[in-house]
Amino acid sequence: MKIFPLTLLPNDANIDFMRLRWISIAVAAIIMFVAIGAMATRGFNYALDFTGGNLIEAHLDKPMPLDAVRDKLAADGYDSAQVQTYGSGNQLLIRLQPREGESGDVATKHAADAVLKAVADAGNKADIVRNEFVGPQVGKELALKGLYALLFVVVGFLIYIAFRFEWKFAVAAIITTLHDVVVVAGWFAISGHEFDLTVLAGILSVMGYSINDTIVVFDRVRENFRSMRADPETVLNKSINQTLSRTVITSFVAFLTVVALYIYGGGSLRGMAESQMLGIIIGTLSSIFVACPLLTLGLLKVTKQDLMPKAKDEAALARRP
Amino acid sequence: MLTFARWKYFAILAVLILSVIYALPNAYPQDPSVQVSAAKAGTIAIDAPLAKRIEGILTEAKIATKSIKVEEQGNLLVRLADTELQTRAADLLRPRLGSDYVVALSLAPTAPKWLESLAAKPMPRGLDLQGGVHFVMQVDQEAALNKRLDAYVEDIRSTLRDAGVPYTSVVRRGNEALVATLGVNADKAKAQQRLRTSFPNLSIALDGQTLTLDVPQTELSRISLEAIEQNLNTLRNRINAFGVAEPVIQRQGTDRIVIQLPGLQDTAEAKRQIGATATLEFRAVVGEEAAAAAAVRDHSIPPDARVYYDNQKRPLLLSKRLLVSGDQLVNAQPMTDPQNGQQGVQINLNSVGGQRMLDHTLENVGKRLGIVYVEQIPTTSIVDGKEVQSIRTDERVINSATIRGVFGKSFQTTGLSAEESKSLANQLKSGALAAPMVFVEERVVGPSLGAENVKRGTTAVLYSFVFALTFFLIYYRMFGLITCLALLLNLLMVIALMSLMGATMSLPGFAGLALSVGMSVDANVLINERIREELRAGVPPQAAIATGYDKASGTIFDSNMTALLAGVALWAFGTGPLQGFAMTMIIGILTSVFTAVTVSRGIATLLYGGRRKLKSIAI
Repeated sequence: MKIFPLTLLPNDANIDFMRLRWISIAVAAIIMFVAIGAMATRGFNYALDFTGGNLIEAHLDKPMPLDAVRDKLAADGYDSAQVQTYGSGNQLLIRLQPREGESGDVATKHAADAVLKAVADAGNKADIVRNEFVGPQVGKELALKGLYALLFVVVGFLIYIAFRFEWKFAVAAIITTLHDVVVVAGWFAISGHEFDLTVLAGILSVMGYSINDTIVVFDRVRENFRSMRADPETVLNKSINQTLSRTVITSFVAFLTVVALYIYGGGSLRGMAESQMLGIIIGTLSSIFVACPLLTLGLLKVTKQDLMPKAKDEAALARRP
Repeated sequence: MLTFARWKYFAILAVLILSVIYALPNAYPQDPSVQVSAAKAGTIAIDAPLAKRIEGILTEAKIATKSIKVEEQGNLLVRLADTELQTRAADLLRPRLGSDYVVALSLAPTAPKWLESLAAKPMPRGLDLQGGVHFVMQVDQEAALNKRLDAYVEDIRSTLRDAGVPYTSVVRRGNEALVATLGVNADKAKAQQRLRTSFPNLSIALDGQTLTLDVPQTELSRISLEAIEQNLNTLRNRINAFGVAEPVIQRQGTDRIVIQLPGLQDTAEAKRQIGATATLEFRAVVGEEAAAAAAVRDHSIPPDARVYYDNQKRPLLLSKRLLVSGDQLVNAQPMTDPQNGQQGVQINLNSVGGQRMLDHTLENVGKRLGIVYVEQIPTTSIVDGKEVQSIRTDERVINSATIRGVFGKSFQTTGLSAEESKSLANQLKSGALAAPMVFVEERVVGPSLGAENVKRGTTAVLYSFVFALTFFLIYYRMFGLITCLALLLNLLMVIALMSLMGATMSLPGFAGLALSVGMSVDANVLINERIREELRAGVPPQAAIATGYDKASGTIFDSNMTALLAGVALWAFGTGPLQGFAMTMIIGILTSVFTAVTVSRGIATLLYGGRRKLKSIAI
C-alpha cells in the first residue's frame, strides 16, 4: 500500500552511528568538561531568588544610557547591579544585590536612594515605582533542596531502570541524563544568563525529558536484542535508526511548544524556556550519540545474554541432560 | 484484531463529560468583589438592611456596583466591575462599618449555580496572577528560648516560695540549665520533690546546697517548635481580623513563616498589622512617684523593683515579679468607661491568670497595680559595619490605679487613647507572639502585572498548542487529527484535575501546561511512527494499527514512568512555584498516557475498525 510521502527523515535511514562512537563520546565528554569548567571558574549569575537583594522599578521622564546608570551605581558601591529597560525605554528594571552587611529595610532604603541618585539629574525626574526586598536564605535552602531532588532522581532512575531493564542500561541512562543536566547548567555559567528558580525548575525537568528520550531508544534496543540475530553493534545501530524519526519528530514538536513559551511567556518564563530548549536539543543528541555508544564500552558492554529473560535460561538449563 | 471493548468507550465518554464539567468553571471570569462578614460569628446580622446601608455608602461615593447580595454562608458580597473600584470600595467601607465587620477583598465566581452544586470550582490563582503581597518572616528562636527559660526561673522561684523552702538565688546557666541555690536550713528533699512534680520535663540533680535543673535537648527543640506554632496561630488570627480572602500562612523550614495576601496592595499597612507585637503586663507598684524619682536620682533602686516610665516620662517603680502577662489573656475589647467617658480595654484572663489576679488583689486592696504596655518593634542597625537585626522593646506604664476591690478573671483598664485602645484590643485579642519576628522578604505583585501574566501564560499555552496541532495535522493527516483530539482531551483533563484538587494556578503552572503538551506529544508520535513502520513492513492496515498501539504501549509506559519520577522529585523538594510547576507536569504525564494509549486507540478503532476491507489509512 502507498504510504503518505511526507516525512522529515528517510524511512530507511541506516546511518552507522556506532562507527562514530569514539568521536561522539569524546565530543560529549569535551562539552561536559567545558561545562564543568565554566561552572567551577565562572560560577552562576544567581538571581535575587538566591542572593537576596532589591528589585527596583523606576520610571524616568527621559530615557538614559544604561551604562551610565550602571557606572553611577557601581560608584555607589553596587558592583553587580543589573540594569535593563522595558516598555518604552524610560522604564528601568534594576536588580541590586545588597551592599556589604545590609539587608531588610535598611537595604531597601539604600537601594532606592542609590537608584534615585544614579538616574535622576537636572531635567530628568525619576520615580521609584516598585522596590521589593527578596531574602537570600530562602534561596540557599531551595538550592539545597534542588540538589536533594537531583540525588533522589538519580537513585530513583537507577532502581527503576535496573529493575525494568538491566543495570548496564541504568548506568548508561544516568550518565547520559547527568551529562545533559550538566551541559545545560554549564550553558548558564558560560552565557552568564541569570540563574533563578524557574531556571532550576527547567533544568530539573530536563532530566525528565532526557531520560524519556533515552528510554525510548533503550526500549527498542532491548526488543531488537531479543528478536535479531546480530552482533551488539548492529543491533544498537538498527535500534537508533528505527527510532530516529520518532526522536526527531518528538523533539521538533516539543521544541516548538517551548519556543511558544519563550516568545509569548514573558520575561519571567524566559529562563525556564531557555533551559528547556537547550535541554531538548542536548537530550535528543545525547540519546542518539551518547547513550547507545556507552553500551559498547568496557563494563557497560551489553550482550544478548543480558537481555534474555532469565526464566527461559533456567528452563533451558533444566531441560539439559 | 482491531477491536476496542464497548465499556471502554463509555469510560472515555464519562471521563470526557467529567473533564468538561470540572474544567468549565475556569472559563467564567471572576468578579472582583468586596466581602463583608461579621468579625465574631453570630454577633451581628448580615442582612438586607446592611446591604441597603452599604449600597447607600457606595452610591454616595459614586462607586457603581454589579450587585450587592447576602450569601448563604452569612457573608455579604459586593460585586464590582474592576479591581480599582474593588480597592476603593473596600477602603471606603472599612472605617464606615467599624470593627464589628470584616471587610475583605475577594474574587467571586460567576459560574452558574449547577456547576457549584457539583463542587466544580475554578482553580485558585496564585499571587503572580492576581496581585497581592508576599512576605517571609523569620522567627527569632533565640528570643523564644530566652523568654521561656526566664519564665522557668520565675516558676522555680514561685514553686520554692509556695513550698516554703528558703533559697538565695535562682539563675540561668546558658540555655542548658537552671541553678537554684537553697538556703542553709532548707529542706532539700522537699525542694527536690516539689520541683520534680512541677517540672517533669527537666532532670534534677542535687549537689550540696545547689539544685541543678538540666533542660534536655528535646525540651529545647519543643520550645522552638511551639514558638513557631504559636506565632503561626497568632498570625492567622491577626490576618483573619485584617480581612483578606484566602490568605496563605505557612511554615517554611524550621524558623520561617510565609504569608501571602492575595488582592492586597498596601504593604505598609499589612506589615504594621502583622509585625506589631503589643501586650500588657501587670505588676505591683513598689514605690510612689516621689520615691521612684528619688531612687532614680540616687541610683538606689530596690533589688526587687525596676524603673518604668509613664506617658509623661515620669518614673515609677514596679515589682520585677510578673503578675500576669499577655500569654494569659483570653479576650480583650475596646470600651468606653460609662462613668468618666475614658477609653479603655475590657480584659478577660484565663484561669491561671485569673487565679493569680484574684490572689494578688485579695491581699493587696488599697495598694496600687501597674499596667505596662509592651510593644516590640523590629529594627535593623549597623554595628561595626555589620548589620544586626534586633528588637527594640518599648515599655511604658499606662495605668497605675489603686486596687479598690477584689477582681479575678475579668476587669477593665483605662489610660489609652481611643485609637490605641482599639489597636491594643485587636493585638491582644489575636494573641501574643511567642517570639519576635523580622521580615526577611517582601514582594508586591500589582493587579495589572497579574492580569498581564495571565494573558502571557494563556497566550504561551495557546501557541504551543497551535504549533503542535498544526504540525500533526500536516504530518500525520487522519492520525494527526486523532492525535489532536487526544491532546485537546489531555489539556481538558489536566485543567479539570487541577481544579478538582484545588491546585493553585501560577505562572510556572502555565509553563507546566505547555510542557505537558510537549510530553504528551511523545506518546502519540511513538504510536504513529510504529504504525507507519508496521505498514512499511507490509502488515495490513488494521493489523498495523493494532500492533502499533500494542508495541508502543510498553515503551510509553517505561519512558513516562521515569519522567514521572523526575516530576515527583521536583514536587517533593520544591516549594511554592516549583511545586505548582511539578504538579502540572505530574498530572500532564499521567493524563497523556491515558489519552494516548486509550483514547486515541478508541478513536482509531471507531474510524477504521468496522470496515471489512480497509485498503489504506491516512497516516
